[in-house]
Amino acid sequence: MSSRVKRKPRIAVFKFASCDGCQLSLLDAEDELLAVAGAFDIAYFPEASSTMLRGPYEIGLVEGSITTYHDAQRIQEIRHQCKSLITIGACATAGGIQALRNWKDVDEFIRVVYATPRYIETLKLSTPIAEHVPVNFELRGCPINKHQLIELITATLAGRKPNLPTYSVCIECKRKSNVCIAVAQGVPCLGPVTQAGCGALCPSFNRGCYGCYGPMESPNTESLSSQFRILDQSNADITRAFRGFNAWAWQFRKASEESERA
Amino acid sequence: MSKPVARTIKVDTLARVEGEGALYVKLKGNEVHDVKLKIYEPPRFFEAFLRGRHFSEVPDLVARICGICPIAYQMSAVHAIERALGIEIDPSVRSLRRLFYCGEWIESHALHVYMLHAPDFLGYPDAIAMARDHQAVVQKGLRLKKAGNRIVALMGGREIHPVSAAVGGFYKAPAKSALNELVDDLKWALDASLETVRLVCGFDFPEFEQDYEFVSLSHPAEYPFNEGRIVSNRGLDIDASEYEENFREQHVEYSNALHSVVRGRDCYMVGPMARFNLNFDKLPEIARQAANDCGLKAPCRNPFRSIVVRAVELVFACDEALRIIRGYEPPALARAQATARASIGQAATEAPRGLLYHRYEIDQDELITSAKIVPPTSQNQKRIEEDLRSFVGQIATRSAEEITWKCEQAVRNYDPCISCATHFLRLHVERG
Repeated sequence: MSSRVKRKPRIAVFKFASCDGCQLSLLDAEDELLAVAGAFDIAYFPEASSTMLRGPYEIGLVEGSITTYHDAQRIQEIRHQCKSLITIGACATAGGIQALRNWKDVDEFIRVVYATPRYIETLKLSTPIAEHVPVNFELRGCPINKHQLIELITATLAGRKPNLPTYSVCIECKRKSNVCIAVAQGVPCLGPVTQAGCGALCPSFNRGCYGCYGPMESPNTESLSSQFRILDQSNADITRAFRGFNAWAWQFRKASEESERA
Repeated sequence: MSKPVARTIKVDTLARVEGEGALYVKLKGNEVHDVKLKIYEPPRFFEAFLRGRHFSEVPDLVARICGICPIAYQMSAVHAIERALGIEIDPSVRSLRRLFYCGEWIESHALHVYMLHAPDFLGYPDAIAMARDHQAVVQKGLRLKKAGNRIVALMGGREIHPVSAAVGGFYKAPAKSALNELVDDLKWALDASLETVRLVCGFDFPEFEQDYEFVSLSHPAEYPFNEGRIVSNRGLDIDASEYEENFREQHVEYSNALHSVVRGRDCYMVGPMARFNLNFDKLPEIARQAANDCGLKAPCRNPFRSIVVRAVELVFACDEALRIIRGYEPPALARAQATARASIGQAATEAPRGLLYHRYEIDQDELITSAKIVPPTSQNQKRIEEDLRSFVGQIATRSAEEITWKCEQAVRNYDPCISCATHFLRLHVERG
């Protein structure tokens, strides 16, 4: 028998413009963390470790959106280093909340905002990773669900398709036997167009879904906007509702621009 | 005599801190010539895009400034907006908010003490490597962190960016029976926190003290979370509405975060050590005893001992959580309704890393017209540089490798949250 120990697959975690919450989900997997650390070589994860090993890596987890020229270059380099590149969360997958700048004139904006504008370097748009490089999988959520993350890492390593739903939050509400908050209380809810994964949290907490998992597969945003109008929501309210943590995801972007024009 | 050799200590990516920062120290011989803590985390313009949003959206939006301390952002936001709109909250809601904060403090402090800071003292690059030799210690840290996270998840649906906090209270208040389910875990966590104090007070601490101005909230009857006056050991005693008259921010070229100073004086420290030193007498007996037993006295002026102070605050937070759960009765009104009026409100609360100031202006249509957010790390940034300046001189004869590690450790004393610090960049907001 060979005495050579099989090298453990290397995993790396990269950060762009973000709140750190999605990579924290990995540390929040308190019960699984040491097991994950046993199965992988955590080669690059600055938030958790001073050890920073060079690539290539089997899996690269990318948090955050691209907002600077330097970051647009950096993601190219990272793509070359990672066999499988996975975006984690709404920033990396849809541009994040900082994509609200995409509807503003950023040059004017910086001049007004900063005491010394020339110190600040930023792009006009906050964009998802997939607008810059090919991505192997996009994990949704603001923040991601740590159980989905563990499933995704496990599946990637095993070379199988991850078992992650693409249906709407409504399905999760039905499963939890939640009384529909939109129907029963007239509360505007993005559940019908938002991808499942959170466990229908907001409706379970007596409030409408705010869409932090982004658009489901083939969402009918037009129909939902009409329903919102029936619930007395103004066009400005509807625009704001779609301009949340996944504002730049094209389906939500289209919906917000339609209500803005209406 | 030969000319002193110029040396530069550079850390391009600071590890075990939240967010992206770099460190730059320039030495000539054994003299420190320059120290820069560079924050290159890109700006995300929160204060700018908050304009035009409905006030009820603010707690969820500002939570995204920081995934480590979203509750702090939610709490400062709801208090500032409630002050603007004149909303009175139910006393039981007030207790629930303290409990919510206990959860975040436990989670955040356990993360920092065990996963980010302890490896420095025990000589490991991270907690996972540390676990190979100290498995029980790391497992205790993870379970303690989980105990805090359980409070947050129970009250807010999830650990990061919980969904229950609202202007006026909570979208849904927990049932007493649900909170009671946390009790056994928290009793364990209280014991584990006491053990944590004993563990970390046995670490080796560099001899290093500074003459700090400590700034924190102070409340007549409580260790501060959500309310109180902003005080310092140099005579500051103000309401949150006077914050901007008393503190000033400077935009420096090498950092995407502003430096804060007390007007007319200099930099200052916020966070666990400031709270502990200014509020020692408000700690419960069990936490004071734990501090006394390990020889930790207020005022503590050695920032490396902040790990012990964090452990004492863990004891406090577990004890306080148990106390709140024992006395809990669900609020008569989980969420007080707001009436719109053009107004302005300020509030400061104690994030795990220290004082977090928010100000919002709201118009007749219930929309935000201006916002200002000053997170703890931006307030500490200049103070961190000053610590490094003094500390590097003290260890300048050592190897570059050792200086680098010790400097990083000195930065980690503050548990800096760089993601937060980058989001308050603006000084004045456009009014239009």
